[in-house]
This record gives sequence, structure tokens and C-alpha cells, in this order.
Amino acid sequence: MTIDTRSVPEAPAEVPAETRHRSKRSVPRALTWAQLRAALPGALRKLDPRVLYTSPVMFVVEVGAFVTTVLAVVEPGVFAGWIAVWLWATVFFATLAESVAESRGKAQASTLRATQRQTTARKVAAPQDTLVSGSRLDLLPTVEVPSSTLQVGDVVVVAAGETLPGDGDVVEGVASVDESAVTGESAPVIRESGGDRSAVTGGTVVLSDQIVVRITAPAGSTFVDRMIALVEGSERQKTPNEVALNILLTSLTIVFLLAVATLQPFAVYSGSRQSLLVLVALLVCLIPTTIGALLSAIGIAGMDRLVQRNVLAMSGRAVEAAGDVDVLLLDKTGTITYGNRRATEVLPVGGVTSRELAEAARLASLADETPEGRSIVDLVDSLYSTTGAGGTGHDLPPDAELVPFTAQTRMSGVDLPGAVRIRKGAGSAVQLWVHSTGARPTPAEAEELAAHVDAVSRTGGTPLVVAEQAGEAPARVLGVVRLKDVVKEGMRERFDQLRAMGIRSVMVTGDNAVTARAIAAEAGVDDVLAEATPEDKLDLIRREQEGGKLVAMAGDGTNDAPALAQSDVGVAMNTGTSAAKEAGNMVDLDSDPTKLIEIVEIGKQLLITRGALTTFSVANDVAKYFAILPAMFLTVFPQLEVLNIMRLSSPGSAILSAVIFNALIILVLIPLSLRGVRYRPASASALLRRNLLIYGLGGLVAPFVGIKLIDLVVSLLPGL
Amino acid sequence: MSTAAPVLVALAQILVLVAALAAVHVPLGAYLARTYSSPNHLRAERLWYRAVRVDPDAEQRWTTYLMSLLGFSLVSVLFLYGLGRLQAYLPWDLGFTGLDPGGAWNTAVSFTTNTNWQWYSGEAAAGHLLQMTGLTVQNFVSAAVGMAVAIALVRGFARSGTDARVGNFWSDLTRGVVRVLLPLSVVAAIVLMAGGVIQNLDPHTAIRTVEGATQHVLGGPVASQEAIKNLGTNGGGFFNANSAHPFENPTPFTNLVEIFLLLVIPFTLPRAFGIMVGDRRQGWAILGVMGGLWAASLALTTWAELAGPGAAPQAAGAAMEGKESRFGLAASALFAVSTTATSTGSVNSMHDSFTAPGGGMLLFNMLLGEVAPGGVGAGLYGMLLLAVVAVFVAGLMVGRTPEYLGKKIGRREMTIVALYVLTVPALVLVGTAVAVVVEPGLAGIQETGPHGLSEVLYAFASAANNNGSAFAGLATGTPFYEVAQGLAMLAGRFVPIALVLALAGRLASQTAVPATSGTLPTHRPLFAGLLAAVALVVVGLTFIPVLSLGPVVESLS
Repeated sequence: MTIDTRSVPEAPAEVPAETRHRSKRSVPRALTWAQLRAALPGALRKLDPRVLYTSPVMFVVEVGAFVTTVLAVVEPGVFAGWIAVWLWATVFFATLAESVAESRGKAQASTLRATQRQTTARKVAAPQDTLVSGSRLDLLPTVEVPSSTLQVGDVVVVAAGETLPGDGDVVEGVASVDESAVTGESAPVIRESGGDRSAVTGGTVVLSDQIVVRITAPAGSTFVDRMIALVEGSERQKTPNEVALNILLTSLTIVFLLAVATLQPFAVYSGSRQSLLVLVALLVCLIPTTIGALLSAIGIAGMDRLVQRNVLAMSGRAVEAAGDVDVLLLDKTGTITYGNRRATEVLPVGGVTSRELAEAARLASLADETPEGRSIVDLVDSLYSTTGAGGTGHDLPPDAELVPFTAQTRMSGVDLPGAVRIRKGAGSAVQLWVHSTGARPTPAEAEELAAHVDAVSRTGGTPLVVAEQAGEAPARVLGVVRLKDVVKEGMRERFDQLRAMGIRSVMVTGDNAVTARAIAAEAGVDDVLAEATPEDKLDLIRREQEGGKLVAMAGDGTNDAPALAQSDVGVAMNTGTSAAKEAGNMVDLDSDPTKLIEIVEIGKQLLITRGALTTFSVANDVAKYFAILPAMFLTVFPQLEVLNIMRLSSPGSAILSAVIFNALIILVLIPLSLRGVRYRPASASALLRRNLLIYGLGGLVAPFVGIKLIDLVVSLLPGL
Repeated sequence: MSTAAPVLVALAQILVLVAALAAVHVPLGAYLARTYSSPNHLRAERLWYRAVRVDPDAEQRWTTYLMSLLGFSLVSVLFLYGLGRLQAYLPWDLGFTGLDPGGAWNTAVSFTTNTNWQWYSGEAAAGHLLQMTGLTVQNFVSAAVGMAVAIALVRGFARSGTDARVGNFWSDLTRGVVRVLLPLSVVAAIVLMAGGVIQNLDPHTAIRTVEGATQHVLGGPVASQEAIKNLGTNGGGFFNANSAHPFENPTPFTNLVEIFLLLVIPFTLPRAFGIMVGDRRQGWAILGVMGGLWAASLALTTWAELAGPGAAPQAAGAAMEGKESRFGLAASALFAVSTTATSTGSVNSMHDSFTAPGGGMLLFNMLLGEVAPGGVGAGLYGMLLLAVVAVFVAGLMVGRTPEYLGKKIGRREMTIVALYVLTVPALVLVGTAVAVVVEPGLAGIQETGPHGLSEVLYAFASAANNNGSAFAGLATGTPFYEVAQGLAMLAGRFVPIALVLALAGRLASQTAVPATSGTLPTHRPLFAGLLAAVALVVVGLTFIPVLSLGPVVESLS
């Protein structure tokens, strides 16, 4: 790879332990002294006005700090000195917040960089267009080239113990791959050609076997490269909502600039000319410094929270969009239900007893290694203790012959010694077989069977018909085994939460409408897209979007790629194909589709944190006016002392206390901005009420208390 | 008089007023919505469209709409300027000379912008021709322009996915005049005449009183102008004393009618808004905020006037200075609050003579940006833009990117709203700051100390917010104030209108997002409270410094 030309990572050499073993749901870390120390150099660098001007609010503070410093030098004084110091502190706390937020990403980036060693690739030495997958490419001669020279379309051979030289798709072979460097998950995963498990990531290690990989990403823009850029925030662009909020903050800054700049003429008219120092102090206190200082830290921390949950967002825009999602598309299999159907009930027909049916089904399934087959054995074993006399015992007789499932017969079974044949399969297939043995069920029998099959289908199950033939006699149907999709635990609660958040969930499945609706009802999903083809999925997304809705979905297969690209928030599973990963705007390294719900929560939390701190910041101004205005004009208008409701000790102390509070509140709120405000799924009204109470009312009251306390300390300073 | 009596009188007339407003709210709101939505044209309108050669059914993009509006207003300014300058050469001049250039400019701008600031005395400067074809015509059309802009914004919210088309200015203007303002004015004028307001074309006649002194009895088409003066939230009086003059406002009954007229359209437009966006509850929320702020302001002002803090009122027993004894304190406060809260500017008492906190409240009403309930149209669009600000912050707090009535508030929308919120405060603050620094500005100030600052601030707040009422005591008939205030009026009217139309265009081209339970509900009391808080905080934080050196210091003296 091309990483050797990069500069040495700036992050501390020691990588925090939690970065290496990213837990699935790590608790947000508190701010530590070590983190602050590590962030210090970055914070100082960010004081450069050429960097800072992108945050207009903090830029104004920096200009103010500069002006007061000049004033303090020209006309030295205790008050001027303190004001200058605290204005610089205000700017510094802002850059510190951003730097701390970035430092977490930097630590993660350095672990990822460690995977990017320059490796040697064994490239198949033949023109790209002559290489046909599946033609034993590994037998062709190879040349050793540096991984950094690989082109898209090159084919490389990677054997056990070797590191994959770049991103690609497996075109031949099967191998177990250790992807812990990227996903943090130590268990190896299987990667094989064809199907949806073919994507491999550069930097991961092949543990066994040998695979042939066609490179899909040029060196330097691989998945790991993008991950590094993302977690480091080096490619971070302001997201649309952040830009919009910045516009609001800038306009507030201009309003206050006007209010303060025009205050001097009014003061002169009133016979109380103000010093520039005091006007600057007033300005800095009034402009929304709290949110201005923490805005970019909030954005970076939001991305970081996703990374902690092993989700990589390719753009901040997608994280913001996640908060707005109206419709969530979830695949049924593996997301809402366990991937496999399980047997839950036996329904005998005719004179057959439940036990007869159960034992026949068990025998037919003993050699069946499919999850469904195993679930039948488990069911029967739990229903009846099938060992011992009368039973057929645990094991198949040694000369029993397995009849495997084929697409033609659509049934499987077993031939036991003594010419006993047992078959299980789809209703129509088994009935055809029974018919072929010369059996002619009476209309009543046929009806009973049909009733059972129907009942199972209607309730979301799959009916498995079991039949038996002893000797040359006509076969007879024993009954039906109910195979059922088992809905994962806790799904209903999650969908209830989604509903509370105003998000409609849609289950997508290839099942028929009857079965799909039954499962949807059980899981508590709002809507179903049954017998869905990839085109149906795409159509559904387009339809929802035309109605102005934002759609999120998770997917892994190549045929999911168009839908992933079309959806507003498309989460690709890391186990999926490169096409899917390319199409989505997020990748879940854990390949857990239910994580969509957490992604939505993180998106909402990000927006709420911004709104809450903006409200807090603006509400703070009321108290600051009460502190500063009486202090400014007390000499000409003694009656203004009535407004000094905090009873601050002196005009100088009042102004300085407000400035100090304004700076310290940034420091105090850094952990909150990194962690995000608490979010619980609730209706919009409930959320608004709660946040207005905490951050609106709190923002109104907190500075009164804070400024008073600071004043008690400041009033002890000599020379004020 | 016992102390309880004035309070009871105050409450009784407020009750009558609110009952009357409530009675017409629903039918008039529906009528307004229908007026601006109907595809049909009246025959008179068709004739007019044919005469001025416009196609009333052509939907305009916001830029064309704005250009039509600005073009129309420019012609209005030029026409008024000419009429004022050439008055002496035209008939019905009552012998008055033409206005000087500064005065003509100020008057032309003032009436075109729905401000109706009067630096002159109507009875001593404006003849019947100027009053009737110039000023009264502008009373109608400038009000109709305000409504048209508000309706264009409402269409922006209501429409989905158009290419920024917001209606047809000419049709909106015409319908506003023909279907709303004219019929209501005719009814109102008749009611006012019945109440004793004069209506004739007589020149001012000199009569000899029984005591032998000569007295000039004024004449003129007063009732007809009085009706539209208040209905269109214009405020330019026929006489200098405005609605304190017995020929304009003879009795407590006509006084209440006039207050009703100046509040009725601003308080009814939210209903039309609710109907047009398809959710009447949204209209209720806006109405609630407007009504709440108006009621709070009224309560505080009435209290200030009745309690009469300050040395002079305490000595006199009441704050009667500058108020008409036929109306009394309560009716004066009710009129003053309503006229400053609606950008009308007509007065039935001298605001300069209000108690310090009372006068401060009147000033605050204007600084609020004329949104509670504001001028015809201007109040609604001002409040809707504040609602966008409230939605932006509150929307974030519910975890979604902000949206109002299904429209996303993104970067462009926020830029427009931010500029809107900046414009008027900038004009007020910079204008006032310049006036208290430069010599010609200081020369106009007759009081010293904080009250002088209040007077200048009031003058610029009144001009930039297109109110038009004055704190007497400031001599504004000088070139400095005529020009500076003319600029403030012009910018304070048309910059916000341009921004509102730009926003309307943006919104109209967006696809509406359907509401879900995760959407911030904007019709509940919680949001209404937040909106009121945003209005107060935005204004409060901007103007607290200057207010604290003016009315606040005065009040605490």
C-alpha cells in the first residue's frame, strides 16, 4: 500500500486499550486528564486565526482577546490583564474541545495505520482481460510486486498467513480471514467466491487456505484508507445542518456586534463613555460562544460514537440524515427473525398419533444437517423422550439410507431397513410422491391435510408434510410439522421505540404475503413488503422518497446495492459484497442490521446536542446583561443598582466574573458535547418539553448562580 | 372616582373589543383565504387587469413577484413625490404651497411603505387632492401590498415542488383592495360617520364664535380616510392631532371602533394562514402568540398608566398629561398599545407623555418587529419568520433537522431568515446611534438625558418598523431626519419584503415532508410559548443595552 509516504501519526504511541478491543456497545468514556494532555498541542495549533476563521463566533472572540491584550500592554492594569487572560482562555477552551474530540479518532486511526504495512502482492502475471474467474487462476504464474502498485482489476493470489494487499472480491476459493484489524472482532470469518461473502479488505490476514482476489480499489483509496480519513476527521466537512446553525450563530454575533458597537454612542450621549476593554468583554459574553466553541466537537464526537459502535459513516451528512429517518426497511431473515426456521409443533392427520408423526419426522431429519432438520430433532426430543423401548432410538440404523433434498423432488427423507421410506417436504411435493405410490386419500383426509397446511401458512409458518411408506403398500400422509420463523427477542420493544420516535418500520421478505403479514404482526412491524424482488425494494424506496420521506435500510448483497444507493441512509454489512459497501453511505463492521436503530438514535442525539447547547448559550445572555449593564453605567445612573440582582461586589468584579463564567462553561460542557445529551425515544413534544426545561430554563438560571459564585472568589483578588 | 372604576372601565372595553374581534375572526379569516385562493375574477377586476395589461392568472416566480412589487412601489413613490411638490399648481390645494423636496420625499416614502410618518400637520400642509388621490390611495395599496407578501409566503408553505412560483402580485394587490379593504372601509366609514366623524369636501372655514374670536373650522373627507387609516394599519391622520382630534375620533364609541379596525385584519390573517396551509391549528398557534404578547403589553402599559409611577403623575393624581379626557387613561393605553403593536401609528394620545414604563412598552411593541399582531400582512410574515427561527432551535432539540409545516429549514432558508432578523434592528440601532452623535441629529432632541435618547430611539424604531407614530418632542421636520428616516422606512419595508419573498420561493419549490409523531408539533401551547420567548429574547437581547439607557433608567428614576 502507499502509506509509507504518509507522515508519522501524531496520536500518542500508546493506543488506549478500548480502541483495540472495541466493544459492541462501549459506554461513552469520560474525559480523562491523559486525553486533555494529548489534545493540548492540537488545541494550540488551532488558535491560528487562519484556521479559526471558519468558526465566526470564536474568531470574533480571538480578535477580542487580541485587542484586550494590546490594551492591557499599553495601559497595564489588573482588570485589563485578567480580562485578556480569560478571553484567551475562552478561545483556548474552544480549540481544546475540538482537539479532544479529534484525539479519540486519531488514536483509532493509528491502530488502523498499523495494518497498512507495505506488503508484497503475488500478482497473476497476465493481462487483466484474459483472466476468467473460475479457470484456476491460481495455477497461472505470478510475479511479486509491491502492494502499492496494484491497479483495479489486477488479480492476486493470497495464501494462508499472508496479508491481503488491497480491497477486492474473492474470485476463486474459500478461506478463513482474520479481520480483527478492521472490525475488532477476533473470530475469523469465511470469505468465498461468488455470493454475498466475497468482499475482502486490504490489511486483513488470511488464516487458512488460499484465495484468488480481484482488486476493486486502487491503492490509497481503500476501505482502510477511507476509515482512517473518517475517524481522524481530516476530511471532515461541515454538514448541512451544522452550516445552517453556523449561519444562525453568525447572525446572532452580528446582532450583538451591532448592539455593542452602537452602545458607545448611546453611552457618550448619556455622558458615560465606556472603555474599549469593557465593550469587548460585553461583546464576548453576549455572542453565543458556548455553542460556537463546542459545535465542531459535537459533530466529530457524533461520528466517533458511531465508530465506537463499529459503524463507519462515509459522510457526516448521512449521520444527520439518520436523525430524520421516517421509514426503516429491514430484511426479515437474520434481522427480524433468526435466520432459520424452527419446528414448533406437530399436527397429525387421520388416525395417526402425534407421537407417530413426531418420531417419523425425527427419523427423517436425523441425517439432515440443515438448521431446520436439526430443529425438528430438537423439538421431538423435547416433546418425547424418544430413547428407549418402543422408540426408534437416538441414532439411525447403520444401513439407513439418506435421501437428500433436491430442487427437483423438493423433499428429503430416509430409507430405513425393512423398506420403510419416510419423506418430508413441501405439501405439494410430498402429496405427489404419495400419489405416485398408488395411495388415494379420501376427500376428508385431503381436506384435513389442506386445513392444517393452510392454518400453518396463515400464521406465518411453513408447513412441512411428512409421509411414510412401509413396504410396497401405498404411502400415507402422517401429518404436518409446523416450521416457524422465530422472531428475535426484544424486537417488538425496539419497533415500539421506533414508533415512539415517529419512524415507520417496513419488513422486506421474499415470503408470500400471508406468511409475511403473520410474522410482521408478531414482531410488531408496521408494514410489510412481501415477495419482494430487489426492484420492488428500489420502487418502495423511491415511492417513499417522492412523498418527502427519508428512508434507511441495511443490506449486504450485490442486488441490494441499487436500493442502498437510493436510500438516504444505506448501511452496508461489512460481510457483504464490495458493491454493497460502495453503494451504502455507512458500513457496519459487526454486520448487524438492527444497528440501524442505534444509528438513528445517534443521529438524533447529535442534533439534540446542538439544539440544546444553542438554547443554553442564548439563555445565558440574560444573566450576563444583569451582571454587566449595571456595572457599566452605575456611575451615571446609580438607580441601575436595582438591576444588580446578583449583588455582585464591584463593577470590575461583575464584568470579570461574567467573562470567567463564559469561559469556564465551555470547559464544563466539553464532556457533554463529546457524550451527547441523553436521548430516550419519546414523542417530539415530550423531548422538547424535557430539553427546554433542562437547557432553556437551566441556561437561564445557571449563570446567575455561576457568576455569583465566581464573583465571591474574584472579589478577593487584589487590585480589582 | 374610586380606584376600582378605571380598572373596570378598562376591562369592559377590552372585553367588548375582544368579543368583536372573536366574532369576525372565523368568517373574515375564511373570506380572506377564499379571496386569495379563488380562481375567479370580478368584472371590475377584469376591466382593471385589461386596462393595465396584466394577466392575473400567470403564476409568478418569486423574483418576478418581487420586481412587480418594487416597480409598483417605485411608481407610487414618484407619483406621491410629484403630487406633493406640485400641490400648489393642482386643484383643491386649499391654498397650500407645494412640499419642499425633503418633505415630499419623506411623505412619499412614508405612505408607500405603510409607515405614514407625518412630519407635517395634515391641516396645515396637505390639500384635499393630495389627501384623497395621494395619501388615501396609498393607504389602500400599501396595505394590500403587505397582505400580498404575507399571502405569497403562506403559499410558499402550502405549495409543494413548484418552481418557486408564489402567486400573481397584480392579482393579489387588486383583490386585497377590491375585495377586502374597500368593502370593509365603506362599512367602517359609515359607522364612523354615524359616530360623529366628519365627511365633507369643505375647505377650512373661518367662523366667528359667540365670543367674537375667529376660529378655523376644518373640513374634509375625514371618515373615509379614518376607516382605511386604521384598517390598513397606516396611521397617517387627516389632522395633526390624529385620532386625538375630535373630528377624527369624537367619542369613546368611535375610539373603540378605530381600535377594532386597526386590529381586525392582523388578528384575522392567522386564520387565513391556517386555512391555506390546510391545518387551522397552526393558525391558532400564531394567533395565540400574537394575542398573548398583545395582552401582556396591554396589561403592563395599562398598569403603568393607571398606577402612574413618577413624580408628576403622583402629584397630579393620574398620568393624564397628553391624553384626551373624553377617552381617559384606559382607552388611551388600549389605543396606544394596539397602534404600536400593529405598525399603525395613529394615536389618540401623545405617547411622549406616557409614563416612563408605559412609553417604554410602546417602544418595545415596535422593537418587537411589529409581530403582535403587526401590520396588515407584515405582522403575519414577521411572525412566521420568527417561527422559523423557533423551529430551527426547537427542531434540533427533538432530534430532527428542523422543519416547519413540512418544509425543511436548511442553509439557504436560514440565511434568508438570519438576514431578515438582522435588517430592522440594524436600521434602528445604527440610525439612533448616528442621530445621537451628529449635530443635526442632536439638534432635533428637545429633552435632555435618557428621555431624549428614548425619543430618538422611538423615531427610528417607528420608521424602520413602518409604524409611523411619534414620540412628540423630537423635531423631525429637518433635512437630517427627513432623509434618514426616509431611508430607514424604505429599507425597513422593502429589504424584509424581498427576503420574505425569497423565502417563499425557496419553500414553494421544496417538496413537503409529511408529519410523523417524531415531527415537532407547531400547533401546541408549548411551541407557541417558545415562539413568544424567541420573539422576546431576540428583541430583548438586541435592544436591552439601549433600552436600559433610555426607558429603563427613566423608569427607575
